[in-house]
Order: sequence, then structure tokens, then C-alpha cells
Amino acid sequence: MKLAFTQAEEQFREEAADWLNDQMAGEFADIKGITTLTEKAERRKEWEQHLGEHGWSCIGWPKEWGGRDATLAEQVIFAEEYARAGVPGRVNHIGVELAGPTLLTFGTDEQKQRFLPGIAAGKTIFCQGYSEPGAGSDLSSVRTKARVEGGEWIVDGQKIWTSLAHISDWIFVVARSEEGSRGPKGLTFLMMEIDQPGIDIRPIKQINGDAEFNETFFDGARCPENSLIGAVGDGWRVAMGLLSFERGVSTLGQQMAFRNELDEIIAAAKANGAASDPLIRQRIAKAEIGLRLMRYGALRMLSSTDHSKVDGAALTYKIQWASWRRSLGELAMDVLGQGGEITDNPNYEWDVLPNLFLYSRADTIYGGTNQIQRNLIAERGLGMPREPRGDK
Amino acid sequence: MDFVFTDEQEMIAETAKSFFAENAVSERTRAAMAGDGVDRHLFRDFCEELGLGGVIVPEELGGVGLGNVEMAIVAEAAGYNVAALPLLGLNIVAAMLAAGGTDAQKAELLPAVLSGEKIASAVGNDTVTFECNTLNGTFEFVPHGGVADVFILAHPEQVWVVPADAYGLSVTAHTTMDQTRPLATLTLDGVVGEPLADSAAAIAASQPAAYITLAAEALGGAQACLDRTIAYANERVQFGRPIGSFQAYKHRLADMMVEIEQARSAVYWAACANDEGSDDPQLALHAAKAFCADTFFKCASDMIQLHGGIGFTWEHDAHLFFKRARSIQTLLKDGNWHREQVAAQILGEAA
Repeated sequence: MKLAFTQAEEQFREEAADWLNDQMAGEFADIKGITTLTEKAERRKEWEQHLGEHGWSCIGWPKEWGGRDATLAEQVIFAEEYARAGVPGRVNHIGVELAGPTLLTFGTDEQKQRFLPGIAAGKTIFCQGYSEPGAGSDLSSVRTKARVEGGEWIVDGQKIWTSLAHISDWIFVVARSEEGSRGPKGLTFLMMEIDQPGIDIRPIKQINGDAEFNETFFDGARCPENSLIGAVGDGWRVAMGLLSFERGVSTLGQQMAFRNELDEIIAAAKANGAASDPLIRQRIAKAEIGLRLMRYGALRMLSSTDHSKVDGAALTYKIQWASWRRSLGELAMDVLGQGGEITDNPNYEWDVLPNLFLYSRADTIYGGTNQIQRNLIAERGLGMPREPRGDK
Repeated sequence: MDFVFTDEQEMIAETAKSFFAENAVSERTRAAMAGDGVDRHLFRDFCEELGLGGVIVPEELGGVGLGNVEMAIVAEAAGYNVAALPLLGLNIVAAMLAAGGTDAQKAELLPAVLSGEKIASAVGNDTVTFECNTLNGTFEFVPHGGVADVFILAHPEQVWVVPADAYGLSVTAHTTMDQTRPLATLTLDGVVGEPLADSAAAIAASQPAAYITLAAEALGGAQACLDRTIAYANERVQFGRPIGSFQAYKHRLADMMVEIEQARSAVYWAACANDEGSDDPQLALHAAKAFCADTFFKCASDMIQLHGGIGFTWEHDAHLFFKRARSIQTLLKDGNWHREQVAAQILGEAA
């Protein structure tokens, strides 16, 4: 058991940090410190391309597909330095962390050729079409239909909560391709170009006034027949394989963003005197401890080569960070006091901490609610009997 | 960076786990509880046969020469079976003597402590008064104080060795809620202590030994509470279903696991950080002590609740864990104190 990084890894850290800091001080200074996913979207697409040009976009991918074959430790380091430098979140995180790894695992050579270079270059932005109005926690009950006609897939239906669909180029869709099938059977996984008459994107305004999520309507939307990943009817397996990529190295970068948020709270508490309130001190200490434990938990997961040993533990990660961050939002408001509830901004746009308070209510819902996480932990992690379905 | 057990550490974990599973059984622990709180047979086997008494003591001083990670592994296994073992005192005293003992103390007392021949306990405060090496005052809440053969008594400026039969020392053993680690009060009336060679080094060494031992014991205890409750959830049937199939029940099990996994990260972060001198070793100790104690208490409370009536009986072992959890929360300062140390490090001292 060892925490220290090697000298070569520390050198890599320096190289990554230097490059990132240079960019944030120079050409991309205008996007430094942005914490929402929607602000200055066009500039951030340029940033994606800039990352691609300098080989920093998908460092964990194989070299032949535009990556660096970076080791796990190097990916951890890069994710940490990325957030530490105040670089805003990746608007193509779905492409880099989900679509890419899915293609690398399930795609044909032709599909890899078609998509991976664009993702690596930051030119192909992806979003994810899973949830539907009637398929939220019960994801496998999707009703969006897909059929083959004249060498093309024709898709009809609706997706919801499609994060960043309005700035994306492609969407991957799980649709029901077998008439009359139910649950996880009969689903197919399709890659579809968004800019076409059959797809209509409508933003959903959220409680913080922002609109990161969308409704995505499919009305005779089309894609070539070779746009499916995996086999016809095998979409559930592909989609689930993809969800397992979600618990990856990116969690370390996410934690550094949390670090920045907690530091902002600490600075606010010192500035307004809340730092001398013993109850606030306890809560800040708890937040600090929780954040540290998230890091060492992630390092345990990432270090383990025997996944059977940590699979159960990995299941606890989502509810842990989501609950931690929701509490952090409440702590932020308690540190700010009543002043946190007003803003000079006439457009209902909020500073980082009040926005954290509002936005973090989504953390315990998207990607599997806390309730669903508890089911997963109890059933898959602890072997408790499954909840009986009501429709069988 | 490789934050998982090495093969050797896995082996130690397996050995320690099966040793305690076989020996620290409920029947023997309860016999110790009815007596003075020590399963002497277990302690002797632990020190002599398993040879893990001096796990962090250098080999040239008769120890195993391993680190805090290995010490945590052993304490976790002991905690998993809520063993009636004077392990806390052993770990603290071994660390203090190895770091700051005189040559004579290292040559004579240390081997006797490591072999289990002498039960040792350590305690400190800043209210005891001393002139030269003659001590007056009181030490309260001394773990296994009633059975210890020798004490290490610490004042921030000086640390001494005092045998239990020293002239002027009276030991009052208390009926203690946690009967696996009974507490005692030491009253000193002109007791002559034998000073350590380097008190500052001994005090510094006592901290990781103490906090990591308690945190790891708490981690093991919490995991045992979860494992035993899972077994019950599968076996107990109500309304025609195993009770573990109800969400109101299984969600509480899930919450236990979420806390335990964080506690595991806390223990081994603290252990590694103190072995390597990186990753904020001091902050890690406070974090681990506070977090793991609370995790254990939560899991032990839930264990009673989720067992229903049987969990409230003397016959069931749930109360052993519950009482141990409570004692770990308050031993060597409570969670609020440890969190305040964390706060002081990141916010500065309280105004």
C-alpha cells in the first residue's frame, strides 16, 4: 500500500500543470473559473479542440486513436491538475468518457475510424439519450422506437434530461427495436447526428434559472443502418457497459472541482466571521474530511486490479459524493447568511455558492437517485433480495 | 501510488482475521467481561503464537518491523470480533518505548510488553504535577488500567514508566459500560516514575499508534455489525418475505456500507500517510479517529434496531459492539475535539 507518486509521475504532474496554467493565463483566460456547464459554450468548444491539438483531450485512450496511453496514475494526475488550474468542465465529457470508451469496447473498426478521431480532436461533441418521461429510474422501460427502412434506422419517440444536447453534434440513443418487447430485451444502441429535421431539441429551465438539460424529440429521425453499436437487440448490454465507464478517473477531477468550491466556502467564512462559529467549524471540518475520504476511496478503486474486491465499494461512490455536495450547498448558504439569497444580477444568474446550493439538488437525482443507489448497493453490493416488480 | 494491500499485507490480514475468528469467540469474550476484561489466553496467543504484538516495533528491538498499515490490519481484525484484548495499550506503549525509551527500558520492559508477559497501558494529561520524577495527581479513564502491570504516564513535558505496584500509586478499577475495555482511575501520591529518554519523541509516536488503533478497531467493528445484520436480514422472514427485501430495511444496510467504505479509506489513508510522511499525516489521524468512531456507532445502533427485540437482549452480541462503539467515540477525545483540530488546520485557531 503506497500513496506517494513516483518521480516520473511528479514530473508528469508538473508538465501537465504548467501547460494548463499557461493556457488559463493566456489564450483561454476568459473561460478560467467557470463552474457551470453552459456558460460560454462556444469558447469551450474551441477549448475542446485546443486540448485535442495538443494531445491532452483523451490521454487514457490508445495512441493509435489520438490518446497517450497514459497510465492510471497519469490520468489521475491530469484530472487533478485540470481542476486545480481552474479549467472549466469538459463540454464533451460524454464523448470523451462515455462514447469513446464504448466505441473502443463495442465498436467495429469502421466505427472507430468514423468517430474516434473527431472525439479526440474535440470536434465531435456527444450527448446521451437514455432517460424518457416514462423511463427514469426504471431505465429499461424505454419506449422510443427504432425500425429499419430502406437501409436506414428510423427513430420515433422522446428522450429527456439530455444534458448539453443543444450544443452537441451527436447523440447516442437506446431505443426499442423489437416490437412488443419489454424491459432490457429488444433494445438497440444507435449513434445519431443531431442536426437533422427529425430531431427537435427544447431546453428545460432548471431551478437555478440555467438550462443545461433538454427534451429531445424524435419524429422520423434517421441514421444509416451501420450506426448501431453492438448487435440489434443488444443495446442494454452496451448501455450498461457504458455506465460502468462513468465511475472512472474523471471522479478525481470532479473532486478537485469540489475542492475549489469548498475553498470558496472557507474563504467566505474567514471573510465574514462565520469561521469563528463553532458549529460552522464542525461542519467545515466534516466537509473537509468527507472530501479527503472521497479522494482516498477513488484511489482505492482505481488501484485495485481485482475488481471483484472493490465492485461493491465502487457502488457507494455516487451516493457518497452526491450527498456530500448537497450538504456542501447547504453549508455554503449558512456561511453566506441571508446575503446568499439576493443577487444584483437582473437575469436570475447566481454566484458560485448560491448556484451550488441550487444545482446540487440535482446531484442526488441524476445518474441514479439516492434511493436507486441504495437499492443497487443493497442488492448488488450486499446480496439482499431484489425488489419485486409490479408489472410482472 | 498503489493504494491497495500488497500480497504480504493480504496475508497478514487473512492470518489475523482467522486467528480472531477462531479464538475471540463470544463465549470467551463474555467470560473475560465477567472477569477483568482481558482474555489472557487470547492475549498470550496473540503475542506469542501469532507474534503480532510488536508489529510496528523495529526488528532490532524485538518487533516485527512493519508499519502503521500492518498495525491497522491487525487492529481491524481484533475489532471485527470485539476481542477482549489490551491491544490499545500494547500498541501505544510499544510505540512510545521504541521511539523514546532508555536503552534499559528498550532492553527489559519492551520485550516483556511485546511478549504479553506484562500488560501495559498509557495515559496522559497536563494536570499531574511533578518535581524531579516524583508525581502527584490523578489520571482518569485509563483503558485496562485495572489489569495493567505497568503504566506509561505522560505529561506534555515528561513521560515516565510506573509499575502498577509502585509505592504511592492506587488503582481504582471501575465497572465500565464496555466490559471488554474497562477503565480505571490512577491516584498518585508521591509516586516515583522512571523517565523516558526522549519524552517528545515518545509523545509524538503515541499519536499514530493510538488513533490508528482505535480507528481500525472501529472499522472492523462496523463491518462486523453490517455483516451480522445482513445474515439476519436473509434469515428472518416476516410478511412472507425475508426482511432484507424491504426497502426500509435494505436502504439502512446500504447507508451502513456507504459509511464503512469511507471509514476504510480513512484508516488506510491515516496509516499510509503516517508511514510515508505525506498526505497530511496529522489531519488524517484526526479525520480517521472522528469518522470511524461515528461510523461504528451508527452501524452498531442500526444493528440493534434492525435485529428488533433480539438485538436488545444480553444474550445477543449486538450490545458488545454498541458499547465498544460508544467507548471508542470518547476515548482519547471525542469527535468534536478531533474535528476542531481539522478546522483549526484549515481555518486557523478559533477566535
